[in-house]
Amino acid sequence: MTTKAQTMAGAADKAASGTSSFNLSLGWWITRISLALIVIAWTIPTFGLFISSLRDKDQLAITGWWTALQTSVGTEQGRTGEADAQVETNGQYVLTGSIFGEGSTKSIRTYGGGFLPSSGTVEYGQGEQPGIRDYAPGELVTLEDGSTFVLESNGTYTYTSPTPFDFDRGRRFFMETQIPPTFTLANYQEIFRAESVDQSFINTFTVVIPATIIPIAIAAFASYAFTWMEFPGRRFLFYIVVALIVVPLQMALIPLLRLYNTVGLSKGYPGIWLAHTGFGLPLAIYLLRNYIGSLPRELIESAKIDGASHFQIFTRLVLPLSVPALASFAIFQFLWVWNDLLVALVFLGKTPDQIVLTSKLRELLGSRADNWEILTSSAFVSIIVPVLVFFALQRYFVRGLLAGSVKGG
Amino acid sequence: MQQILSGVYAIIIGVGAMVLFYFGTNWVLDKAFADEMTADRRMIKSREKIRESIRPWIFVLPALLLLLLYLVYPAIQTFILSFFNATGNEFVGLHNYEWAINDGEFLQSIGNNILWLLIVPFVSTALGLVIAVLADRVRWGTLAKSMIFMPMAISFVGASVIWKFIYDYRPEGQAQIGVLNALVTSLGGQPQAWLTIPFWNNIFLMIILIWIQTGFAMVLMSAALRGVPEETLEAARIDGANEVQIFFNIMIPQIIGTILVVWTTITIVVLKVFDIVLAMTNGQWDTEVLANLMYDWMFRGGGDFGRGSMLATVIMIAVIPIMIWNIRRFRAEEAQR
Repeated sequence: MTTKAQTMAGAADKAASGTSSFNLSLGWWITRISLALIVIAWTIPTFGLFISSLRDKDQLAITGWWTALQTSVGTEQGRTGEADAQVETNGQYVLTGSIFGEGSTKSIRTYGGGFLPSSGTVEYGQGEQPGIRDYAPGELVTLEDGSTFVLESNGTYTYTSPTPFDFDRGRRFFMETQIPPTFTLANYQEIFRAESVDQSFINTFTVVIPATIIPIAIAAFASYAFTWMEFPGRRFLFYIVVALIVVPLQMALIPLLRLYNTVGLSKGYPGIWLAHTGFGLPLAIYLLRNYIGSLPRELIESAKIDGASHFQIFTRLVLPLSVPALASFAIFQFLWVWNDLLVALVFLGKTPDQIVLTSKLRELLGSRADNWEILTSSAFVSIIVPVLVFFALQRYFVRGLLAGSVKGG
Repeated sequence: MQQILSGVYAIIIGVGAMVLFYFGTNWVLDKAFADEMTADRRMIKSREKIRESIRPWIFVLPALLLLLLYLVYPAIQTFILSFFNATGNEFVGLHNYEWAINDGEFLQSIGNNILWLLIVPFVSTALGLVIAVLADRVRWGTLAKSMIFMPMAISFVGASVIWKFIYDYRPEGQAQIGVLNALVTSLGGQPQAWLTIPFWNNIFLMIILIWIQTGFAMVLMSAALRGVPEETLEAARIDGANEVQIFFNIMIPQIIGTILVVWTTITIVVLKVFDIVLAMTNGQWDTEVLANLMYDWMFRGGGDFGRGSMLATVIMIAVIPIMIWNIRRFRAEEAQR
């Protein structure tokens, strides 16, 4: 009896563990697959931007970035040179040249239509030009007036006629071109040369560095006082600091703009440094106070007994110990100032020597809305520094986030 | 080059001035109220009390002055200016507010802002929580979290360019270069100019902010989940609860505090959102929001300070409940210390 009961129990156990391991492995797969899908969805936008910024601008305009490794095919029109360029040799008039510009990587698959005689027998797809498939590169085409035309796949052509050419504009035809996958830094050269994005890059740094260092120093002193020193109103003043953390910047802009206009601080770097300092201080004081307040009380007390003044305790003991917290806030402020658009728009000018990357990018979105090669490469320049800082110092950033929101969580 | 130099000078001068201020004032304080010998040269008259009552103010004064100048004073001034005309020199009473409740753009902004407030904090927080739970069970979870967290480092304008590229529209028949339309057409659908479809375009703008904020929610949730005792979860499993029940009945109640913090933080971000709307649509096709409208009025027609201030005040009023809640939470935490 006993053995039977035990066997039954054992079997039941086995069955139970069987289903649970099935559940477990199903859950195991669901977990992994859904997480992988989320990660892909989250990274693809940035990845697409990066790939696009490295693509040839002609390809970028006609094909999706996910086809970057394929040869892309496009339809375009070609035009010969003008009649002025003709040369007479042995009684023949010859016009030569290249359809493509210098350094082009395009090649021609088929061509026809326009001034070339059309066979009219081929069916063409939607949106294609009639005649575009009539001729292959290298084929000699004879026109009705006895002239001949040859187009090589690299775009060079020879147009020969027994009589002089006398057309005004170059003669037109259509061609199907293909572009091999190419990656290039030309877009970056373009934005540095023509859009002076490099200058904006320097401007952003000019804003960011002082606007990060100044608030840290001021907040460090203040948060030490709020933690370890006694003064009337300490608690009340700190409540105000906590309240100020969430005040929307919009609330501060108009009076400051008016004030700056009267004292002459507007449209200049000192004005924006001070503004960012003021706006960053509440969070800085709050974060640093959390950290400095967590230092052991005995440490401060014993230093006091040894005769150290608060100033000495702060500069020689607390400040060096607070480096991790200072780093946390520094990253916060760095990212916030680097990525800020609103404060820059209000307090800085839009002249080349003042416009920062975010502001520049916004301007390009308006003026070069269809030039994705400009937009993608400029955007990449503007995000690369914060992203690198972020990955390099993520640990400190996370620590700051946690201290700032869920204290003691 | 010249600019880099002037930047360096500014840093040196700025930091130098700060060092000089803090060290200088402390030195002066120590000298001015130095301990003195008494007349009979036996006792030392300590003046430490005086020194230590002044010193805290040296530490906090620069910070307090900056806060006063850059936040407290302007906030009060903005509130007052909201009752004045465009140039800010004539009192008009509630006129700006009356104008607003009859203004189509304003009403549209309020509607859109409510939509943003309902959707973005909820979706970001929920997604962040789900990802945090999933990532804790996978060996490559840290890497996954890093990648999802990364958009936090990207500016709203940068993100706008990234997503504008995704929403890019080409007329039917042309190859789509935007991911979304390429997907739609490959599934046999019609390409759409997503950003110009009223109502839905709001959602497409919100996706950008969700993309940025989910990482923030995830990091906080992940830390909070680590605080849920393993024994509690184990006990629930032994009692026969499945993973879904554990998630809703054990994990969520345990981290409800963090969920609220994340929710309110994202709510404030949403109220201030401006860059995304400015860069993507500038309020066209019914996508206007308060913060963008405020920026617009600040400069429109030479700048209407009255209406701009009124709009800022409306945003502030929406923030005040969260501000009070924050202070209460802070006081409760202080009481526990």
